[in-house]
Amino acid sequence: MNETLVVFRRAMRLSLRNPTWVIIGLAQPILYLVLFGPLLKPLASQLGTGNAYRLFVPGILVQLGIFGALFVGFGLIAEYRAGVIETQRVTPAPRTALLMGRVGRDVVVLLVQAILLTLVALPLGLRAPVGGVLIGLVVVALLGAAFSAVSYAVALTLKSEDALAPLLNAVAMPVLLLSGILLPMTLAPGWLEKLSDINPLKHVVDGVRAFFRGDFSGGTAWWGLGVTAALVLLGFWFGTRTFRRESA
Amino acid sequence: MVGVIHARGLVRTFRGRGRGAKEVHAVRGVDIDVQAGEVVGFLGPNGAGKTTTLRMLTTLLEPTAGEASVAGHDLRTDPVGVRRNIGYVPQSGSSLPIARVGEELTDHAALYGIPTAVARARGEELFARLDLEGVWTRKVESLSGGQRRRLDIAKGLVHQPPLVFLDEPTTGLDPQSRANLWVHVSDLRDKAGVTVFLTTHYLEEADVLCDRILVIDHGKIVAVGTPDELKRRVSGDAVLLRLADPAHVPAATRLAAALPEADEPGVDGDVVHVRVPNGASALPGLLRELDRAGVPLAAVEVRRPTLDDVFLSLTGRSLRDAETPAEGELVGAR
Repeated sequence: MNETLVVFRRAMRLSLRNPTWVIIGLAQPILYLVLFGPLLKPLASQLGTGNAYRLFVPGILVQLGIFGALFVGFGLIAEYRAGVIETQRVTPAPRTALLMGRVGRDVVVLLVQAILLTLVALPLGLRAPVGGVLIGLVVVALLGAAFSAVSYAVALTLKSEDALAPLLNAVAMPVLLLSGILLPMTLAPGWLEKLSDINPLKHVVDGVRAFFRGDFSGGTAWWGLGVTAALVLLGFWFGTRTFRRESA
Repeated sequence: MVGVIHARGLVRTFRGRGRGAKEVHAVRGVDIDVQAGEVVGFLGPNGAGKTTTLRMLTTLLEPTAGEASVAGHDLRTDPVGVRRNIGYVPQSGSSLPIARVGEELTDHAALYGIPTAVARARGEELFARLDLEGVWTRKVESLSGGQRRRLDIAKGLVHQPPLVFLDEPTTGLDPQSRANLWVHVSDLRDKAGVTVFLTTHYLEEADVLCDRILVIDHGKIVAVGTPDELKRRVSGDAVLLRLADPAHVPAATRLAAALPEADEPGVDGDVVHVRVPNGASALPGLLRELDRAGVPLAAVEVRRPTLDDVFLSLTGRSLRDAETPAEGELVGAR
């Protein structure tokens, strides 16, 4: 536990000293919010909501959770190349601490970004219950933890940016299109909606939207939270397994 | 008394990649004994099993077979105990370019449970010993290659281990930084009483620095001894003839072989080399014979035995030829 904190503290300090990626990571969803959000406003009633941002902001938050975390592996490859990972593996620190400290940093960065994004959405017209928004942010943080662990595990296995970049892009694109992040899948024709049902992230997005609506009684919200928890378990299992493996 | 390193029958076999791939026997049964206070050099061409052995001894790789005790702890049953008591300075370096020098040291120490204040005091003392004063708040990327290597060594020593592994500590350094680092490594033994196990490509380095040398080739230890003992194994001087025209190699080889007490001459491109008990006295006669046979020479050299010759006679390869990295040996390469 203590070693996790050591790794977290170091990672956090490095991020704060070199905040370029944190800023770029935040600028993108804000651009979506400002330049794409207004297009949805006139469609609000068609989408079955009185407030387009209540629909759109959860999608953008989930997108931030996925993409903000999915690319953290690149930083790990840089550390690996500098010999940092190898050196840390010869210390008595548990291998899981080397992973979890970094994941912790990513979750904190992500939460700050998500809160800023939500605050920016307020003057644009977002109206949602505070409790729902808070749970929504927790879901986004959990999602980020899962994807960050997976990203590190894949990076440690591949050890090359040239292999990691195409792989992440190949996975990210269909996942994004089939999740209803930008527009809800209720607009989709039957076959497309069925296809998107396979994508766990679609249920996460639907769940966060339900929380933003303040709809705690329906199954959608808790189903989304459950799927997120499952993704966290899966991601941590994959991550710790990779970090514990020798010569990883 | 069991030594600082006591390894018996270490074996590491890698599964090959792809379908129908063969197993790779990187290390095939290695015994190593290192006593406290020694500086031991581990020599071998790339692909010989040097890095694999080092990674096993530092707990980064589990042996396929064999057993070892490192710094008083069993490699298999107590790897964490081994980690607590060894320092490791990898070939790839150990510090992030964008991080600050002092924090790299205190962060690393924190992973051993050393409080920041203690790490800072130790770090400043280590920096003074390694001529690294005044770099504490600088970024790692602003250091010279030699400084960076000394920072890596400081990191490897901050938890005060009795045994430190240096993987090719001077590779990539200019001759001056290399000589400077040799002094620091000698000081580790002489002033701090640290046992040092280092791999190197440079025979000169092994000669200057090491009390004992282990030579590994094809996954097996092929020789152990002090630099002098190893050199004594190679008797006589090497006479090297660089021919003006490679077409004359057969003629030159024949004449060289005819020298009294000469061994089998070898050929390396346009160079014919032969070993004789006394090179200086054999040379005038040989030159006369070559001249008579119409073999023009570009250069002549008589060499006293060096570790390179030892290496050549043990492995059939020159270390210098082996400097280009081979597959499977590059770990954490940049």
